[in-house]
Amino acid sequence: MAVKDRVPVPELEPSVRKGNFLEVSQGYTFELAHQEAQRCLQCKVPTCVSGCPVGIDIPGFIKEIIKGNLKKSYEILKSYNYLPAICGRVCPQEVQCEGACVLNKIGKPINIGALERFVADFASQEGFEDEVGRLSFSEGISKELGNAPRKLTDLRSKKVAVVGSGPAGLTAASELGKLGVQVHVYEALHEFGGVLVYGIPEFRLPKEIVRREVLQLETLGVELIKNIPVGYAIHPKELLEKYDAVFIGVGAGTPKFMGIPGSELNGVYSANEFLTRVNLMKAYKFPEYDTPIKVGKRVVVVGGGNTAMDAARSALRLGAQVTVVYRRTEAEMPARRAEIHHAKEEGIEFLFLTNPVRYIGNETGKLVGVECIRMELGDPDESGRRRPVPVANSNFVIEADVVIEAIGTESNRFLLNQFPDLKTNKYGYIVTNEYGQTSIPKVFAGGDIVTGSATVILAMGAGKKAAEGIVKFLVY
Amino acid sequence: MSKIPKNTILSKQRLAKATYEFWIDNALVAENAKPGQFVIIRTSEKGERIPITIADTQENAFRIVVKAVGKSTIELCMKNAGEQLYDIVGPLGKPSEIDCYGDVLIIGGGVGIAAILPIAKALKNAGNKVRVILGAKTSTELILQDEFSFADKLVICTDDGSEGIKGTVVDGMMEEFNLENPNVIWSVGPAPMMKATSMIAAQYGIPIWVSLNAIMVDGTGMCGGCRVLIRKEENGVTKEEIKYVCVDGPEFDGRYVDWESFIRRLQQYKEEEQKALERFLEEVGDISWL
Ligand SMILES: Cc1cc2nc3c(=O)[nH]c(=O)nc-3n(C[C@H](O)[C@H](O)[C@H](O)COP(=O)(O)OP(=O)(O)OC[C@H]3O[C@@H](n4cnc5c(N)ncnc54)[C@H](O)[C@@H]3O)c2cc1C
Ligand SMILES: Cc1cc2nc3c(=O)[nH]c(=O)nc-3n(C[C@H](O)[C@H](O)[C@H](O)COP(=O)(O)OP(=O)(O)OC[C@H]3O[C@@H](n4cnc5c(N)ncnc54)[C@H](O)[C@@H]3O)c2cc1C
Ligand code: SF4
Ligand code: FES
Repeated sequence: MAVKDRVPVPELEPSVRKGNFLEVSQGYTFELAHQEAQRCLQCKVPTCVSGCPVGIDIPGFIKEIIKGNLKKSYEILKSYNYLPAICGRVCPQEVQCEGACVLNKIGKPINIGALERFVADFASQEGFEDEVGRLSFSEGISKELGNAPRKLTDLRSKKVAVVGSGPAGLTAASELGKLGVQVHVYEALHEFGGVLVYGIPEFRLPKEIVRREVLQLETLGVELIKNIPVGYAIHPKELLEKYDAVFIGVGAGTPKFMGIPGSELNGVYSANEFLTRVNLMKAYKFPEYDTPIKVGKRVVVVGGGNTAMDAARSALRLGAQVTVVYRRTEAEMPARRAEIHHAKEEGIEFLFLTNPVRYIGNETGKLVGVECIRMELGDPDESGRRRPVPVANSNFVIEADVVIEAIGTESNRFLLNQFPDLKTNKYGYIVTNEYGQTSIPKVFAGGDIVTGSATVILAMGAGKKAAEGIVKFLVY
Repeated sequence: MSKIPKNTILSKQRLAKATYEFWIDNALVAENAKPGQFVIIRTSEKGERIPITIADTQENAFRIVVKAVGKSTIELCMKNAGEQLYDIVGPLGKPSEIDCYGDVLIIGGGVGIAAILPIAKALKNAGNKVRVILGAKTSTELILQDEFSFADKLVICTDDGSEGIKGTVVDGMMEEFNLENPNVIWSVGPAPMMKATSMIAAQYGIPIWVSLNAIMVDGTGMCGGCRVLIRKEENGVTKEEIKYVCVDGPEFDGRYVDWESFIRRLQQYKEEEQKALERFLEEVGDISWL
């Protein structure tokens, strides 16, 4: 008989975690994971799998936890998902696997994310991570090569450049690396991982874990090269000449601003800047680390996605009193539910149906307040969500030292400006076929630069699909 | 990849008080850099990412000129030949628009002189008549003056009159305007200098390229911290646009830059910078020799 309630995941108390950047979720122990795994019905037609963007054999890996065979469990996970310790922590499981789990009908779904994370962390602790990593081929590629084993030798002489080391690039690199392809990953920043290192904060995804999963690539013979702005230090023409194929995974990157009056005031940040200063540059340890950040006493965060939650919770940890303003209602917030829940527990205030219209500065050009207007929900827009419309004469001012806009990103032109032949759509994202192939046959692309801002797992899925595409392209 | 940069300092030379020239081993930057572009440097594992203009290149190395103004630039200026810099990324930014314009006036102030050197050379090679104005507080702070011998005319301005015209580059600029208006101007130096020269260029309706020294983080268009407000009048309506200095610049037509907010944004971290500096000085002691 299925147990209705989930085994809770140990977490740091809100009062403890508010003052530091330690990981909030402590993860299952083996005993807890084992208990939670036993709730799984091992469905013949597992709906959870259909909810997973990369189709992980979820009952399969859970069954091995029940049996206590964690190595096998890890092998299963790893053959579908190269970054399980990361995905277990950051995937929006409630709208994917867990959202599709049959147990939703009678109670709470299996905590698939926490189980995935547990198995991945265990693999690292026990040291079988690398060994399994080398051997786990993705299904698509295995099929491809199963028909023609000789082609594996051909692949070893091929060279592929991967531009960008976010989840899309890392996954493409790992898939190709496992086949013996010579892969060079180029990253513009001084750390690998893309949003995983500059965007998602330490308290949600410790950077040590990203580093661990990234370094595993080196055991596959993949060469990781940082500080290389492709398009500037290496011209696209040179890439096309030197490599047999190229994968572009440069992310969506460029922050949007609302463009309301006062955006140039000191104290107005994009979430990307705020988070990059905090995460990549470790401004939360200033002055031990050189990069400063302004927080002040009161911070207003604009937006309702993961980025907004990450910015709000980071500002809180830096000592500010934080208000999130979001123009729709809580139900429409795109952030992971767990993060909204955590943010509330930590004492962040939410003002729904509210939108800023102007930033107010003092005589020295420093932000002192955010003028907002109340909104109400009107008719549904093209996304099906009811469109927020301003309520006339409902303006009010929130005092603030810092405002952080987290209203989304757009196509990063940094590389694309140097790559004029590459076909893009009207939003500036790269156009590809289902295998990530672009208008230039030897150039493939995937992740946020193709879809616009999405998720880690979708970027990984795209990297994997493109690796398949590249293999096909290289051997035929 | 064969050319992975080592970022070793090949040579170091003191040009003026607290101002140093470095040649750094980095083939990727050396081969790809064009006038107007910059690199971002981190001097240590805990360091800030600071942008510095590429002042020249040779086969496998490039040259920078750095003025020690705060923690990171002091730390950089204290490095010696043989040492390695932690991270260097570049070239970044859009290159200068080198073309044959006819008569070009080039103005450099402070370390901005290093930034205009490659631009001036390229403009000369493109067939322009090149007039150069260099400015400094006093003659001992004037740098690289000997390297401008290719210029059709070289004017020096010092605040104290210790060399050339007694006055700022703006005085020099007005004198040149009295002789003949240039077709286009480049002006690189401290923000107030770029602002002042831009105001004059605007009065005369002459395009003026300035290289904005905005505070940056990534330098790849990802954070928006380097943003600047560009304000243009078109058919009687004022159009305001947010531009990113690292990818849309660093050069902009100074006539359209909102200087007030730009200069204010440079002051954003004054208190923190002071704190970092004091802490650093406690560690390294007296640096008046720099
Ligand atoms: C704050 C924040 C929180 C998020 N939280 C979640 C979450 O909880 N769950 C989730 O699933 N998703 C989350 N996302 C979304 C997710 O992180 C992204 O969808 C995903 O990282 C996209 O991966 P990518 O590989 O396409 O690109 P990115 O992760 O953006 O990586 C691109 C990389 O390419 C590099 N690059 C760019 N141009 C060049 C160049 N010319 N040369 C060399 N390198 C270059 C960049 O520096 C970067 O490192 C979040 C995003 C943000 C910003
Ligand atoms: C495109 C560009 C090219 C530049 N070229 C040169 C050059 O060739 N030689 C040179 O000496 N300097 C150059 N600079 C300026 C140099 O980057 C700053 O002097 C340096 O970052 C100051 O750091 P600091 O820690 O020493 O001083 P701080 O005490 O931190 O700051 C002193 C002042 O420098 C500016 N500054 C601070 N942090 C940054 C940052 N991360 N990015 C940019 N500016 C900052 C601020 O206005 C600040 O008030 C350039 C700047 C830009 C944007
Ligand atoms: S749907 Fe839920 S109960 Fe069924 S196999 Fe998947 S996780 Fe287990
Ligand atoms: S420095 Fe981050 S966008 Fe320019």
